[in-house]
Amino acid sequence: MKTLKEISCGQTVRVKKLTGEGPVKRRIMDMGITKGVEVYVRKVAPLGDPVEVTVRGYELSLRKADAEMIEVE
Amino acid sequence: MSIKIALAGNPNCGKTTLFNALTGSNQFVGNWPGVTVEKKEGKLKGNKDVIIMDLPGIYSLSPYTLEEVVARNYLINERPDAILNIVDGTNIERNLYLSTQLMELGIPVIMAVNMIDVLEKTGEKIHIDKLSKKLGCEVVEISALKGTGIKEAANKVVDIAKRKNLAVPVHEFAQGVEEVIAQVESKLGSDVLEETKRFFAIKLLEKDEKIESLLTLVPNVEEEINRLENEFDDDTESIITNERYVYISSIIDQCVTKNKSKKLTTSDKIDQIVTNRWLALPIFAAVMFIVYYVSVSTVGTWATDWANEGLFGDGWNLFGIESIFVPGVPAIIEGFLTAIGTADWLNSLILDGIVAGVGAVLGFVPQMLVLFIFLAFLEACGYMARVAFIMDRIFRKFGLSGKSFIPMLIGSGCGVPGIMASRTIENDRDRKMTIMTTTFIPCGAKLPIIALIAGALFGGAWWVAPSAYFVGIAAIICSGIILKKTKMFAGDPAPFVMELPAYHMPTVGNILRSMWERGSSFIKKAGTIILLSTIVVWFSMSFGFVDGQFRMLDTLELDHSILAAVGGAIAWIFTPLGWGDWKFSVAAVTGLVAKENVVGTFGVLFGFAEVAEDGVEIWGTLAQSLTPIAAYSFLIFNLLCAPCFAAMGAIKREMNNVKWFWFAVGYQTLLAYIVSLCVFQIGSLISTGAFGIGTVVAFLIIIGFVYLLLKPDKQIKAQNVEIKKVANAK
Repeated sequence: MKTLKEISCGQTVRVKKLTGEGPVKRRIMDMGITKGVEVYVRKVAPLGDPVEVTVRGYELSLRKADAEMIEVE
Repeated sequence: MSIKIALAGNPNCGKTTLFNALTGSNQFVGNWPGVTVEKKEGKLKGNKDVIIMDLPGIYSLSPYTLEEVVARNYLINERPDAILNIVDGTNIERNLYLSTQLMELGIPVIMAVNMIDVLEKTGEKIHIDKLSKKLGCEVVEISALKGTGIKEAANKVVDIAKRKNLAVPVHEFAQGVEEVIAQVESKLGSDVLEETKRFFAIKLLEKDEKIESLLTLVPNVEEEINRLENEFDDDTESIITNERYVYISSIIDQCVTKNKSKKLTTSDKIDQIVTNRWLALPIFAAVMFIVYYVSVSTVGTWATDWANEGLFGDGWNLFGIESIFVPGVPAIIEGFLTAIGTADWLNSLILDGIVAGVGAVLGFVPQMLVLFIFLAFLEACGYMARVAFIMDRIFRKFGLSGKSFIPMLIGSGCGVPGIMASRTIENDRDRKMTIMTTTFIPCGAKLPIIALIAGALFGGAWWVAPSAYFVGIAAIICSGIILKKTKMFAGDPAPFVMELPAYHMPTVGNILRSMWERGSSFIKKAGTIILLSTIVVWFSMSFGFVDGQFRMLDTLELDHSILAAVGGAIAWIFTPLGWGDWKFSVAAVTGLVAKENVVGTFGVLFGFAEVAEDGVEIWGTLAQSLTPIAAYSFLIFNLLCAPCFAAMGAIKREMNNVKWFWFAVGYQTLLAYIVSLCVFQIGSLISTGAFGIGTVVAFLIIIGFVYLLLKPDKQIKAQNVEIKKVANAK
């Protein structure tokens, strides 16, 4: 199972499932990362973390630890 | 009767610009009770009966962030007459997510689609008639920046508030979800208004604990929750969130005609360079250099010097022209007092107490305003979010935010604007941690103390000054690691899921307004504490018993003062630190007024009326009364302990909470004490072999300290204390 963390820059993936629970999961979903949405991994910060993705037409940054909660295909 | 309108929307959607356009200068800025979330209220231009409440920018009505809880409590408990929901047209999908939640509150809603001018340029089109039908509220197109459509939006929202035309949500979730919601609705008590039933039903399904306290009768909905979770194979909270986005996705294509071309926008092009893997750090360094250079090194220093040495000093030359000399405020007042022939003690009270105190407050303001212009610009143009993006990796390990870099950088010039700069950090815990640790970095006023100790006892050794910075940085890192495990900072981990808003050019008006709001809040909220404490210290320094008689003292009679008596009484506390002489305690206390005073106080106590900034006159005397290790311990204590009153005032202002203020100042002083103790005791053991109870205590402290550093961080599941407090307030 692939997570968003493993996706390299420039790739577009579709969200399959969100693992985890509680505030972090709710926040990620509130920001528009929900089942079935397309996520484009745009870039990685200069120090290697966090990553910047494009979702629902805007730019979002999230840490790799949180990106691990997002299963993609 | 007045009408209350709530302005609600996502962060970065132009809400502040709209609020400014709607209210003009009729604004009142404060804080929501007990928390550091800003509260802005204003009266509608041209209609004084309409009060507009600018709610904090939020993405959702979830119970997890302070801003969301504050906004939510206001909407549920105060029930404004109408909501003006501002929506960023260039980012409409995510913005509509909040709108679907606002529609469920049973309050009249008008939606204002902002940035319509930008949409025209990119060739996108929003069909407001369809949007209106699909969401169930009236929609207007506006450009807050250009001022188009604002009047219409204002008229519509006032009109709908008068008609009490409650919003009825038309969006629908999957059938299975709707059925369960209907079931829960029927279980709600009769005290729940019909129009708010959907809202409460959904919150109960989401297992939102903070909502339960608002209901007199909490129905048991476990069965419904189980049914949903089995059917959809997810938790209810996620199912509902998902359903909202599913609905938005299903209508978005009808409501928006997107520009098909994949051309990069200007913002994309800027971002490609600014957060580029290789260029990001050099660009960041350059931006920080400019901010520091202008607001601390050059313009800021000129402004501070003008305020402290000119306006509140001897005087200054108008526009630098030598022939036009304007005397300083103290000189003018002194002249006036002499002319009317007031008593000496009154002159001293007014000049050395009050005027000096006011000067201490206002002296920081010009520099702060310069800094605030930069901060407002960086925030408004979108770069501040990138600062957090670039620096996050380093700072999050210490419980800080990537944005903590700026307060600490500014803090190396002056801690007061440094602390005020922490305002840009949204996360409450990150901000508090930043406020507590920023003043560990040696500020400009601590440099004379470093110069004094380095010169008097270490022969001007090169390593003393760098070591002071090293100690400061180590104090920040260790404090971050230790404090984030404490109860005060425990709670849900703050997710770093942050929007990187599109770059855009902010307006001059908005920047100046933001600058002024922050500056004036410092004067008002921090001013009192600074003024009072300056007067108290002035009094205790200027009066005392000489030969059994209580009277005002000459400058060189400081050893007879109340302060000296207090210093003598508390000196024993500092004996384990190596500087138990009362003179050092007194110097540390006067350092609270302004850190550079430490040097001047030594001068006076050693019999010199005036000393140079680095106190070169007293180097010899000082070297005789202190060992190098004791001197270094004294230096460390003064660097780390509670900062000057001005910085404490800033801490109090930014914490907006007495308990947190004392926690911060107490922690700083305690840390300073134990670090100095360890330095002196271990240092003495190494250099002279002196071993005593103090040495044992020092070793125990070090062991405890290392334990706290290495102790695993238990994720305490308790909800953020503060959020809970706010939620239970009603």
